[in-house]
Amino acid sequence: MTMPRFSAGDDPGASFPDLLRKVGMDPFPALGALGGDMTSFPHATTCLALTYDGGVVMAGDRRATAGMSISHRTMDKVVQADDLSGVAIAGTAGPAMEMIKLFQLQLEYYEKVEGQALSLEGKANQLSMMVRSNLPAAMQGLIVVPIFAGYDPLLSRGRLWDYDPTGGRYEERDFVATGSGSTLASTVLRVGWKQQLSLAAAVDLAARALWEASDADTATGGPDVLRGIYPIIASIDSSGWSRVADQVLAATYDTIMGEVRKR
Amino acid sequence: MSMPFYVSPEQMMKDRADYARKGIARGRALIAIQTQECIVIVAENPSTTLRKVSEIYDRIAFAGVGKYNEFDQLRVAGVRAAELRGYQYSRNDVDARSLANQYAQVLGDVFSTMGPKPLEVELLVVEVSDTPANDRLFHILYDGTLLDERRFCVLGGDAEGISKRMESSYRDDLSLDAAIKIAVAALTGSERTLDAADLEVATLSRHGKRRAFNRVGDAAVASALT
Repeated sequence: MTMPRFSAGDDPGASFPDLLRKVGMDPFPALGALGGDMTSFPHATTCLALTYDGGVVMAGDRRATAGMSISHRTMDKVVQADDLSGVAIAGTAGPAMEMIKLFQLQLEYYEKVEGQALSLEGKANQLSMMVRSNLPAAMQGLIVVPIFAGYDPLLSRGRLWDYDPTGGRYEERDFVATGSGSTLASTVLRVGWKQQLSLAAAVDLAARALWEASDADTATGGPDVLRGIYPIIASIDSSGWSRVADQVLAATYDTIMGEVRKR
Repeated sequence: MSMPFYVSPEQMMKDRADYARKGIARGRALIAIQTQECIVIVAENPSTTLRKVSEIYDRIAFAGVGKYNEFDQLRVAGVRAAELRGYQYSRNDVDARSLANQYAQVLGDVFSTMGPKPLEVELLVVEVSDTPANDRLFHILYDGTLLDERRFCVLGGDAEGISKRMESSYRDDLSLDAAIKIAVAALTGSERTLDAADLEVATLSRHGKRRAFNRVGDAAVASALT
């Protein structure tokens, strides 16, 4: 491999997708007409994010479905994007995971080329462009709908955004959910969310929202006590990303299940 | 009809080498040192925004001396080469040796054939590992000569004098602070002094996060020098 060098007018700058296009590895290639049933590809579902006093909590279940069957039980749909932000993705698993990878690379690449990190708003905008680049595929059924959340050091608080398949970017104030179980999850969030939630309360609320989503939506996975697989729940505050340990979630779900039994 | 002057190939190469060497000698030097806990790079650089030392990839750093715009373009090209390889294959497949070879190829090509003038830069590509024995320090000269160095590596003007001073003060059990101290002493010699504001210091940590590259702030440098 030779070193990629460009003349001043031809330089792709700090955009990693543009660099990929220049070297002939377009991450969003134009698709011909696709036939067939897109639901037969693995789909990832139900992610959410909510603000709390000091930052944001993000959560997502672990299930991927292909049509009527469960294709994966340990998907990581909620991942760290960089030091102060995370991304969660619902939609067709293949392009969704690829978009997460590309987004993580883009944030780090920008930081290295430019010598400083993007602002949180700038990161949200970058993701919007990637979702828009995926529009031709989305029109054919390969839809990717992310949530982006992080701690904004300029405003000293957590912020969150959701997207539509055309790249539309909407900043939400309090909470957001995406994926097939999102109606159920956001109802729980709407009822339970209040100003100045503590971290523990926010984690608990996220766990309950995913519980209710998995209870009534077949494509959303609940806590898998048998295999010890729990949803991914993470918080982002001024000191960065930290994932809630499985033992903590095991105890949380134990409490929730105890309550459900008494209903 | 006028006859073009004949210049022998030996003379042409010598002229080009002299040109590049003069450009590099005008710039200020930098030193990379292997220690037990990290690789530390100490550069004389009064600017706080135009960096000589920077991150290329998880465990790989880059440093350049000479003409800023030339080595900064090469830095970005290195980031691109590394990121593309990591994207295409895996993060583990990115290594300093391959990058150093690519740099050597670019500098060699510009020096001998392609460029109207040679690039007035010297580059350093370092990769940190679990033990100092497996670290990599590659020193690439303006003509594409690739050197594989051990213990420490000096780039830039008066490299010979600085290396001599380093040779007498280097030990393999240096702490980070001690390494910064002897690097600064080697850079300055006996006639002048440098304080934290004139220095750019960065480390590649041996143990810790995926991204090993860290800048050492002025306050920490100042306390190392006292």
